[in-house]
Amino acid sequence: MITSDETRNISIAVVLLALAACLPWIGGPYALTIGVTIVMFTALSTSWALFSGPTHYISLATAAFFGVGSYVTAIGIGFLPYWALLPIAGVIGAILAALVGLATLRLSGVYFVIFTLGLAELVRQLITYGQNKSGTKGLYVLTNINETMIYWQLLGLCALVYLAGWLIGRSRLGFALRIIGDDEQVAKHSGINTAAAKIMLFMVSGAVAAIVGAMLAPRYVYIEPAIAFTPMLSFQVVIMALLGGTGRLWGPVVGVIPFTFLWEAISVSFPNQTTLLLGVCFLLIVYLLPKGFVGLLQAIQRRSREALS
Amino acid sequence: MDIIITGLLLGGTYALIAIGLNLQYGMARIMNLANGELLVAGGFAAFWFYTAGQVSPLLTIFVVAPLAFVANWLIYVVVLRPLVKRAKNRGQLEVDSILTTFGISFISVGLMLAVFGGNYFKYSYLATPVEIFGATYGSNRVTAFVVAAIISAVLLLWLHLSRTGMAIRAISVAPNSARLVGINVPQLAAIAFALGGAVTAVGGSVVSTFLTLDASTGVIFTLKALIIVIMGGVGDVRGTIIAALLLGILETFVARVIDPGLTLAAAYLVFVLILLFRPQGLFGQAQT
Amino acid sequence: MIGSPVLSLRGATKRFGGLVAVNDLDFDVTEHEVMGLIGPNGSGKSTTLNLISGALRVTSGAISLRGSAITQMPAQKIARKGIARTFQLVRLLPSMTVLENVKAGAVFGHRRRWGAEADDFARRMLERVGLTRQSGMHVGQLTYIDTKRVELARVLASEPEILLLDEWLAGLNPTELAEGIKLIRSLRDEGRTVILVEHVMDAIRALCDNCVVMSSGKKIAEGAPEAVLSDPEVVRAYLGDDDA
Repeated sequence: MITSDETRNISIAVVLLALAACLPWIGGPYALTIGVTIVMFTALSTSWALFSGPTHYISLATAAFFGVGSYVTAIGIGFLPYWALLPIAGVIGAILAALVGLATLRLSGVYFVIFTLGLAELVRQLITYGQNKSGTKGLYVLTNINETMIYWQLLGLCALVYLAGWLIGRSRLGFALRIIGDDEQVAKHSGINTAAAKIMLFMVSGAVAAIVGAMLAPRYVYIEPAIAFTPMLSFQVVIMALLGGTGRLWGPVVGVIPFTFLWEAISVSFPNQTTLLLGVCFLLIVYLLPKGFVGLLQAIQRRSREALS
Repeated sequence: MDIIITGLLLGGTYALIAIGLNLQYGMARIMNLANGELLVAGGFAAFWFYTAGQVSPLLTIFVVAPLAFVANWLIYVVVLRPLVKRAKNRGQLEVDSILTTFGISFISVGLMLAVFGGNYFKYSYLATPVEIFGATYGSNRVTAFVVAAIISAVLLLWLHLSRTGMAIRAISVAPNSARLVGINVPQLAAIAFALGGAVTAVGGSVVSTFLTLDASTGVIFTLKALIIVIMGGVGDVRGTIIAALLLGILETFVARVIDPGLTLAAAYLVFVLILLFRPQGLFGQAQT
Repeated sequence: MIGSPVLSLRGATKRFGGLVAVNDLDFDVTEHEVMGLIGPNGSGKSTTLNLISGALRVTSGAISLRGSAITQMPAQKIARKGIARTFQLVRLLPSMTVLENVKAGAVFGHRRRWGAEADDFARRMLERVGLTRQSGMHVGQLTYIDTKRVELARVLASEPEILLLDEWLAGLNPTELAEGIKLIRSLRDEGRTVILVEHVMDAIRALCDNCVVMSSGKKIAEGAPEAVLSDPEVVRAYLGDDDA
């Protein structure tokens, strides 16, 4: 049973998707590069928000999943066709997320944040250790995949993430997550297996992040631990999602677009101050935009409704 | 044996850092993820004073401590207290303070990069060998350990014997009840936070005598301090000290016997085991 | 009306560090009865409810539902077995409407409903507690007694066999109290079992078939309300020792 509001939203989404798909034909190479960045972060932030939005657990594990995905492609490209690697990356990402979730999601949010904070670093150290033992330094990813193909793949992934988000929102699982986010005690006493619900959503975000990593590997061509596991990535995703707002499915993308341009501008003019930018943004979000742009919009709507009634 | 002593030496200094975090998280209830950057700042200060004026880090401590105290007190009152007032429950406060202290951490790193550049810094202080139980150790490590031990002991005594100290422990165990017996919780929380910051910065100065630091190494220290605090039991300083010593020994063991690149992995393994089997830590209260 | 014990506690003990909140508690709850769990403040009544509902784990002892142990079960499993509870401080879901709050009970309880079926059932529960008008409102707009009614509706939506009511009648004026008592009585008449933690003695006398009195974690009396409330031990527990 789909309401007319939802039909309108879906139509808008399809139109925007079609327009976005045209980018490689109408924009130049620079536009395409920015486009890839935007679509990549949209997929990452939206899937992040699917989990962290309702549960209020801040996951910093994105970089770890991303790196793992990149390595799946880097290692697997010699043995398997590229298309087989994407689902494999997804599955491995989901398994890693399940393990992390089982260890930490039964406890309070702080332990979860701490654990995920170091997860990328941990995986990076393990892979470096493995590489030192086996004697290889980095891996080459040589494929025929060019930037345009990466763009379309990411766009397709975004569409899937939106679809998944929409379906989950209408499902029992989505309802359960909203209840958990409101009051976990009540959730448990209503019969919800809160740990399982949280872990399932976390697995979704882990799988998506791993697939994004797998898709991006051909762009870097040469993969070594320092390239695949950039801790900054986790923080960027968090900021973009929170800036846009996790209350709505389209929230994160509204944060991704301005932040990407801002990041580009700062990287070009003050390359060492990107960290500073991240810090300022965090403070901005906490003090001025706790619910992101979505929250701002909702507040404005509410005020205009009150003014009219 | 050698491993144990080296581990203890290392752990002793870790204890100082972790105590700082424990004061801030366990007692002021703020998960300060900028903790590592504070440490690095303390280290920078020691480095600067030593290379510029040949001032011993042991003396720099007396400058660093009050500065860090005031700075952290200001941060608490100006930046963090509004969050405490605003938060409707503890979970919300934790999320907000995590994001805010991340913000502070990044800003600190950015500022340090701007001021000090991205280079590693290390200086040689008391690098002469000293003999204990038949093996040699750098006397800088030994001195660091002694200093850390003295400061930890003083803190522990103060927390358990002085009025203010006991009040601070009270607010970590039962903040609402503490208010009822007349303890000024907001003021003490600020003091605890400032004190924690001072202790961490001093720890940084001490650590800088034998470890290499740069603007970005803060994160690893934050992580280790967090693991130690959780391992020992949030809010309990004795647990922190023991956990720090244990971690120091474990790290040294892993670095010598297995591979120096796996120290973080080892710390993580311990962390996971604690989370699975005893999430309240060695000395903590079970969460109801 | 002799029924079989539907819930049994044997030797239930709960320690918090050095404090023993519940000490070796034994009692049975018969099916279709209203049992009152009473006692002075701090006697361990709410903790006992927490042990039964799974919010806390027993330190030792056993709790069984119709003969099978539920002692170590997590709260969500116990909820699915048909035990539901209200909380001393009313816990509603702040981001949702009244109807959605009640639906939460219907969707995940031991009779899992979804979609229009769940909506209908939730609406019927709201009718039952007298809140039909308010179903679209947000919880922040409700009066105190109405928030309690929403919580009860949510509990009822999961169709529990055993209801644990934690001081549900507290803070009500005489009219509301009379309505509340009527409501609880109708629940028992429907065939449910109710365990009431209460301080309101009128309600205890009016509703309870059986009472268990606790003091400092131990059971000090058990029996019909009139008998128990005139027991000198019980009076002493409530009023303290006379310094004669």
